[in-house]
Amino acid sequence: MATHKGMRKNFIEWILPLTASVSLVFLLGIACTLVAASLPVFKSVTLQGFLFGKEWIPTAETPSLGIWSLMIASLYVTLGAIIFALPLGLGSAVYIAELASPTVKEVLKPVMEILAGIPSVVFGFFGIVFVAPIVQRLFHLDTGLCGFTAAIILGIIVIPTVASISEDAVSAISKDLRNASYALGANRWETIIKAVLPAAKSGIFTSIILGISRALGETMTVLMVAGGAVKIPTGLFVPMRPITATIAGEMGETVVGSPHYHALFAMGLVLFIINIIFNLVADRFQKGKRNV
Amino acid sequence: MSDEIRIVVKNFNAYYGEKHALKNVNIDIPANKIMAMIGPSGCGKSTFLRSINRMNDLIENFKVDGQMMIDGNDVYDKTIDVTSLRRRVGMVFQKPNPFPKTIYENVAYGLRVNRLFKDNKELEHKIEKSLVEAGLWEEVKDDLDKSAFELSGGQQQRLCIARALVIQPEVILMDEPTASLDPISTAKIEELIQVLKKDYTIVIVTHNMQQAARVADNTSFFMLGELIEYDVTSRMFTKPVKKITEDYITGRFG
Repeated sequence: MATHKGMRKNFIEWILPLTASVSLVFLLGIACTLVAASLPVFKSVTLQGFLFGKEWIPTAETPSLGIWSLMIASLYVTLGAIIFALPLGLGSAVYIAELASPTVKEVLKPVMEILAGIPSVVFGFFGIVFVAPIVQRLFHLDTGLCGFTAAIILGIIVIPTVASISEDAVSAISKDLRNASYALGANRWETIIKAVLPAAKSGIFTSIILGISRALGETMTVLMVAGGAVKIPTGLFVPMRPITATIAGEMGETVVGSPHYHALFAMGLVLFIINIIFNLVADRFQKGKRNV
Repeated sequence: MSDEIRIVVKNFNAYYGEKHALKNVNIDIPANKIMAMIGPSGCGKSTFLRSINRMNDLIENFKVDGQMMIDGNDVYDKTIDVTSLRRRVGMVFQKPNPFPKTIYENVAYGLRVNRLFKDNKELEHKIEKSLVEAGLWEEVKDDLDKSAFELSGGQQQRLCIARALVIQPEVILMDEPTASLDPISTAKIEELIQVLKKDYTIVIVTHNMQQAARVADNTSFFMLGELIEYDVTSRMFTKPVKKITEDYITGRFG
């Protein structure tokens, strides 16, 4: 009995913290690998030349390793995605939290989760065969595989993120606050717009930031539908190639240890840093909510 | 009780689904007086209070019948605009519930949603006036842009009173407004209620019988959804007519 208890105590005191620290180990490991594999690229290009260089010709005799056009492409499709997803995601959040009957809620929330669980390659396929042709015809483009199509598909992918986190934030607002608003003669709409949403704003910001970081990191979809052209995009309606698509598309063809190889890792590092910053900001907002 | 009557209630019943929460209540509430409602938990006093400004409409399966008239207008008339009713019947809640906004914006809220001001000058003037009325102005006049959450509990409750006053209601409903406050804050709110009755008709639910005795002109005693007794406070607490009222106010149960 005593040893049994002792074993259980050991298990709780040692094994569980160990399992919990696995994520930390992986995170640090990935960060170290990424940095180690990235740094050699700066033997071939300066930091400035890498980030702001306008040419990406990695396979030339003397390769040009500027990722500016790829970063702009990432920026375009990500911003486009969030502009598309925010009204729809926030709208669904408010509807589910405030207006939907319990039955409707019970249908919509799982549907939202299923949408979140669809593999992104399926979204990419849907983009190629369905959305791209429509976009091409609608806007008279040479090809429907462009930033705009990518932004829409990414937007659809991001909606569940925005909706579920915003919905949690809106649902968490206490009944007292709504009652205060109703008791002052506000109707339902005014109560939502002027009392509930402002009170939930930190959670809503969090949902936007996590949505952005989801869209920024999404790879398969943009690889399939963004068009893949390596030049600085002149607008949303031209083919472009975001950072993630470049890494995924070129990693298999590059020579291990070449400047190109290291440059792809360095791009990954850039994404990694941006994502960490976004997550820290999101965390801040969520903490802010508690001490309003 | 020969005063002007503001609220007339006749054969009023309320139901939460199957539960009969208020049973055939008849009561006249005089204008510019304080009417306290006492009774054990679940006796229907809060239900009654929330029936006056139809806050219970927000609860599913809530139904009423009978009559509830304010100044001759039927509160439950089908054509009545509930939001304009609530503008005329303000409410202060058990727990201070300021918005997560500045002190200024908390008071401005009712004016903004009801569009009750022409320009910023009038807005500022009305906000100052109601903060003065609620006895809070001197304490917050330099901190109007601070979050309402930086105030103490008692100050927050007076802010909620100011927020209710600013849209100039005729009736103010108070649902145990001092239940979560310390004795000093409670005393301040009770003083304030006394001052406010000059301009408003006040209906207050309280768990605290001393409070009813201290502040109310009239007191009503509810039990199991029925109005047991309703009288001038002094008489109610010295010579109650019904045995059960006496048992309750002398603390034999409840």
